[in-house]
Amino acid sequence: MTAEFVTQHLALAQHRSPLSWLSEFNERGQARFADAVIPNRKTEAWKYTSLASLTQGDFAHAAPSVDASTVTLPNIAGIDALRLVVINGELNIEASDAKALELIVHFADATQEQQDQINALLGTIQGEGGHLFAQLNDANINAGLFLNIPRNQRLKQPIHICYLTTPNSEKTGFTVNTRLLVNLETSAEATVIEHYIGDEEQNSFTNAVSEFRVGDNAKLIHYRLQLMTEGALHIGNAHIDLQRDANYEGFHLGLGTKLTRNDIVVNHNVGGSHSEMAGVYVPKNKQLIDFHTCIEHKAAHCTSNEVFRGIMNDQSKAVFNGRIQIHRDAQKTLAELSNKNLLLTNTAEINTKPELEIYADDVKCAHGATVAQLEEKAMFYLQSRGISKADAKVMLSFGFINELIDNLPHEAIGDWLRPILAHRFGRSSDLDDQLAQGN
Amino acid sequence: MIEIKNLQAKVEDKDILKGLNLNIGPGEVHAIMGPNGAGKSTLGNVLAGRPNYEVTGGSATLNGKNILDLDPEERAREGLFLAFQYPVEIPGVSNLEFLKASVDSVREQQGKKALDSVQFLKLAREKCKAVNLDASFLKRGVNEGFSGGEKKRNELMQMMMLEPTLCILDETDSGLDIDALQVVAEGVNAMRDENRSFIVVTHYQRLLDYIVPDFVHVLANGKIVKSGGKELALELEEKGYGWLENENGAA
Repeated sequence: MTAEFVTQHLALAQHRSPLSWLSEFNERGQARFADAVIPNRKTEAWKYTSLASLTQGDFAHAAPSVDASTVTLPNIAGIDALRLVVINGELNIEASDAKALELIVHFADATQEQQDQINALLGTIQGEGGHLFAQLNDANINAGLFLNIPRNQRLKQPIHICYLTTPNSEKTGFTVNTRLLVNLETSAEATVIEHYIGDEEQNSFTNAVSEFRVGDNAKLIHYRLQLMTEGALHIGNAHIDLQRDANYEGFHLGLGTKLTRNDIVVNHNVGGSHSEMAGVYVPKNKQLIDFHTCIEHKAAHCTSNEVFRGIMNDQSKAVFNGRIQIHRDAQKTLAELSNKNLLLTNTAEINTKPELEIYADDVKCAHGATVAQLEEKAMFYLQSRGISKADAKVMLSFGFINELIDNLPHEAIGDWLRPILAHRFGRSSDLDDQLAQGN
Repeated sequence: MIEIKNLQAKVEDKDILKGLNLNIGPGEVHAIMGPNGAGKSTLGNVLAGRPNYEVTGGSATLNGKNILDLDPEERAREGLFLAFQYPVEIPGVSNLEFLKASVDSVREQQGKKALDSVQFLKLAREKCKAVNLDASFLKRGVNEGFSGGEKKRNELMQMMMLEPTLCILDETDSGLDIDALQVVAEGVNAMRDENRSFIVVTHYQRLLDYIVPDFVHVLANGKIVKSGGKELALELEEKGYGWLENENGAA
């Protein structure tokens, strides 16, 4: 079954007519994917994450074309963002903002100069160490998006890329490979929101790869919001390269689905860069969500701070693997990693592993992972004010992740996410609405 | 109002309350003083229903109902309020959200009309002003990063919102400077009326200059060992607790 997954997807990739200027890249991807082995329980990086729902399904078909007018597209209230809509892997011109279309380069429309720029950068941030799904993405490259922010420019409006998957009437399974390449030149600034949604009858597999290069003294604010519905299968890679004095602020949210796997790698390539990354996962039912993060400190005087929190309900399962590697030359590194988890039931599961590998001698690092139930003192405090045990539980669970939502760089995104998350915990948000209206 | 009979309780296998009797009528303010470790804080916590505070004997009836069988939230809805000695910080849960849930559940039980969000916000801002807390505190996490004095004033503010019939102040004055103490005392005094009773647990006589009690009790070794009027507090301040323990021991 697993070998078939590779053969079928390879056949699908070869069937596509790639852009000629990317053919070399494409073929390299296909060659590497052809040799790929599907990970099993003995593969360390996939030990707790079974791919059965993917390899046993039938997803090796091209994505159907969909009329954008038939789907509802979300707006983030309170944020003046430039929206790009990608439906089943295809950029949808009608549903996207004209100004966003001016800024973003669709691979298919790239000028010679842009083609050279893309070819020089594509795949270099991700490197060759990625897993087979990264190679599958490489093998299928033909509809990527490229965003370049020139030197000293600040993009005031966030770029909101909304990835939607939706089936055709036959409802055959299909695979969507999405690719994003972002380059911030020296001292440029931008906010990029990657927003994934899927309709109720999800029968697709999304394989997303995003690469970001943050140039000298540049600043990227990055949101990756996985708000797909229950049945979605999603494997995502986000790779971020930080150059000298570059700044990265990332927020990664996964609601949880049948299968969600994320690999996030931040490379501190040159001295003086700083990364600040937060993440939240809240699976329920029998969902499975996996975050593998890696912070590579390759140069001196860089700092990184990473905080991930998860709440597992019902029979759901989560995996958090947070790795920090401090290379020999990365003296004076300050690196912190914290992962806290809350299990709401006896049947929920979390597998958390912080990994720290240090080859430099003058560094400060701290890492920690905790798994807990709700704090008794706080429960009593709420109950002593007349709040029922059940309501107190909801309030404290929500508070546990709301701490991170409160600290988002864009307050409006927090205000927009809060009711979505609150709903997840059965909390009413009438008061949020009042406050949002400024009363 | 509340009748406590032969109350016995232990915490982590240690007997703390050893047969405490106390009767409080409507509108009365009772001060409970006593040396450290006498069981003063335990009394408040036991009445509020704190887990791990195990009642081993006796009863406590509030308005005719034995509250010791009730869950903490049910006691609160019956009109009992404990102002904590050490209020807990709950980051991520906003004061407003917390207060709204609290006020809603208590009012519902007491058959009072529910406040809509607009009325509620207005009332909350009013009460903040009354205890000299900036309204911006409402949006912050519950007690998160509050100073000691701010936490105590926040307790008082909650008390004003909930309009309880029995208020237990557990060392609300500890660690406050005189200015902050006056704010707290004014708040408490403004709430005094013929239907509301107070148990004021304190280590220091100073508070009682500002909140003048009807009765003063001395709690030592898990029991009330002496009761009197407000002048007893002054006597204690002068002589300390030693003479009472001696007197008690001799008796």
